[in-house]
Amino acid sequence: MSAVIDHGHAGHDHHHGPAKGLMRWVLTTNHKDIGTMYLWFSFAMFLLGGSFAMVIRAELFQPGLQIVQPEFFNQMTTMHGLVMVFGAVMPAFVGLANWMIPLMVGAPDMALPRMNNFSFWLLPAAFTLLVSTLFMEGGGPNFGWTFYAPLSTTYAPASVTFFIFAIHLMGFSSIMGAINVIATILNLRAPGMTLMKMPLFVWTWLITAFLLIAVMPVLAGVVTMMLMDIHFGTSFFSAAGGGDPVLFQHVFWFFGHPEVYIMILPAFGAVSSIIPTFARKPLFGYTSMVYATASIALLSFLVWAHHMFTVGIPLTGELFFMYATMLIAVPTGVKVFNWASTMWQGSMTFEAPMLFSVAFVILFTIGGFSGLMLAIAPADFQYHDTYFVVAHFHYVLVPGAIFGIFASAYYWLPKWTGHMYDETLAKLHFWMSFIGMNMAFFPMHFVGLAGMPRRIPDYNMMFANFNMISSIGAFAFGATQLLFLFIVIKCIRGGKPAPAKPWDGADGLEWTVPSPAPYHTFSTPPEVK
Amino acid sequence: MSTSTDISRLIKRLVVVVVLMFAFGFALVPIYDVMCKAFGINGKPDGTAYEGTQVIDDSREVRVQFLATNNADMSWDFYPEGDEITVNPGGVNQMLFVAHNPTDKPMTAQAIPSIAPSEAAAYFHKTECFCFSQQVLQPGERVEMPVRFIVDRDMPKDVRHLTLSYTLFDVTARKPPVAQVSQ
Ligand code: HEM
Ligand SMILES: [Cu+2]
Repeated sequence: MSAVIDHGHAGHDHHHGPAKGLMRWVLTTNHKDIGTMYLWFSFAMFLLGGSFAMVIRAELFQPGLQIVQPEFFNQMTTMHGLVMVFGAVMPAFVGLANWMIPLMVGAPDMALPRMNNFSFWLLPAAFTLLVSTLFMEGGGPNFGWTFYAPLSTTYAPASVTFFIFAIHLMGFSSIMGAINVIATILNLRAPGMTLMKMPLFVWTWLITAFLLIAVMPVLAGVVTMMLMDIHFGTSFFSAAGGGDPVLFQHVFWFFGHPEVYIMILPAFGAVSSIIPTFARKPLFGYTSMVYATASIALLSFLVWAHHMFTVGIPLTGELFFMYATMLIAVPTGVKVFNWASTMWQGSMTFEAPMLFSVAFVILFTIGGFSGLMLAIAPADFQYHDTYFVVAHFHYVLVPGAIFGIFASAYYWLPKWTGHMYDETLAKLHFWMSFIGMNMAFFPMHFVGLAGMPRRIPDYNMMFANFNMISSIGAFAFGATQLLFLFIVIKCIRGGKPAPAKPWDGADGLEWTVPSPAPYHTFSTPPEVK
Repeated sequence: MSTSTDISRLIKRLVVVVVLMFAFGFALVPIYDVMCKAFGINGKPDGTAYEGTQVIDDSREVRVQFLATNNADMSWDFYPEGDEITVNPGGVNQMLFVAHNPTDKPMTAQAIPSIAPSEAAAYFHKTECFCFSQQVLQPGERVEMPVRFIVDRDMPKDVRHLTLSYTLFDVTARKPPVAQVSQ
């Protein structure tokens, strides 16, 4: 491999294209290659996590136990959550960041290309480790993606140690990715690209990266404590030795709540680029968007115990966390208002990226409202650990994070591949996803309010109809994602050639380079007015 | 444009933040304990004996219930001699708990107390408790263990009923008991 791209040596050949063969991908330090690998990896995990969800929905299609045993069902809910959060959503955003941030700020590459390669390759290792636990004696993790102690310590299957190491690897990967993003944004901007000129996707990623740096180490800490409790006789979470299981929940949610914003802020940024493009108007309230994002991020450190209203925290605590949580709805509302105002009186067209973005705004708002219901501490005693919570977080994560990723993918696919994707099929993908996801998750609000608990393989007869509807919607949503795979492959292999700027309302440096974006871009920094 | 020294300075700072946040995760452990103690929350009563005395408040009665639970894998018989007593705040009261080791091995146990409702935890003072130390029982041995307590006169008036519960943990592996050869 003589052609390894080496950015460390100044003036080293900048004219060659990618190396040939498989080693190109193993050794690459090119941000576009790494971005592509992250996106493919994330899509593979999306399908894997999705197939776990199909098992869950198949079992819940009817009351009673039909397809899997409760032990395996628990492993499916756990693995579905872990794979989707850490394998699908987070790497997809890192992939988008790799591809787009250098193009958006006019940088030749990410600031730390070698570390970039390493942080990607940790992920396949981590997930191989995680998924292999399913084949171990005693089965894989079965304690939910929130892995509450002592379920995940005293009562855990033997494979929990591998789960812990997998989390460590993912944490390392995310932290390195975040450091890279921050270094790129703060140091490699083209001259004239001031902070307040940066596209919002760059802003939201900068803030997300700081969140990652702040909370991923805490996650690493909490799994390390578990490891010590399990193998070294400490009792962080074991009451027998003076520890406390409730402590686990505090430490976990100190990570966990900012984590949910890590999964949504980059999507906020992406739709803030897409909506102005297709409304053919500049984004309404750019500055307030930046401040709203920053305040959401700061507030997200002060609300973690809204996941723990029922553990017996004192009344003042309940009140504090209830009001702090409701406060987050204010900057979130500012954002929704700005998106709506951007569309107001715009000359809108509804290509696939815009369809996904508009659905994002509407459906994410529904998720925000159910969040507000859950934030009412006394009401949460009824809702907690029911399907209502499942409905809430799927409404913020599927049309939020996932639709944000689909919108971004369609928006930038012409730039990545040099071809236009098939608009008709993409619209079909949108409508099938839209109908499927609402059909799958809307009924969960009702069964949840009526008292159906989450994470159970069997349920009362009275929930049967809604669950069957949910399952049918989920199957439709799942199958539709294969269509997305087809659309992407078709777009890579051919299609109408894409001009440098395929969307007439688009704005930004990424549209000044040809499509497909050459292997090296902005080797000399562009001039930003 | 920035130089590579700028970048390495930035990265050093970010790595420091990462290390500090990792340490912060662990610092949450003592912070949590201090907060629970300071505010008497989470039903975590003080682990030390109360030294003070109080004047009895005859005008008020509080029902105190007792619960004893074995943690998983614990094989002892463990129960209070009475389910409930009615006490006056300020006065010293006593309840006996019985523990019996039915196995043929000497074992060590630790009882962990908890008070409900949790806001009462700060007002429930134990002057003497078997939970302050560990219990070693020889095979077949049976003991009566006292807990003596004062319900604080300042306990909020709306608390008229509280529960003292103990969970008994087997800590033999951690604190191996000394087998008694003969008396
Ligand atoms: C207005 C904004 C929001 C509010 C007020 C809110 C409030 C809440 C509350 C109170 C809970 C706990 C419910 C319970 O367990 O009883 C919850 C759970 C959850 N929320 Fe939100 N939320 C908001 C936005 C979001 C966003 C943007 C995301 C992610 C993108 C999110 C993801 C989640 C997840 C994953 C859970 C469940 C965690 C679990 O127990 O497995 N939420 N939310
Ligand atoms: Cu939260």
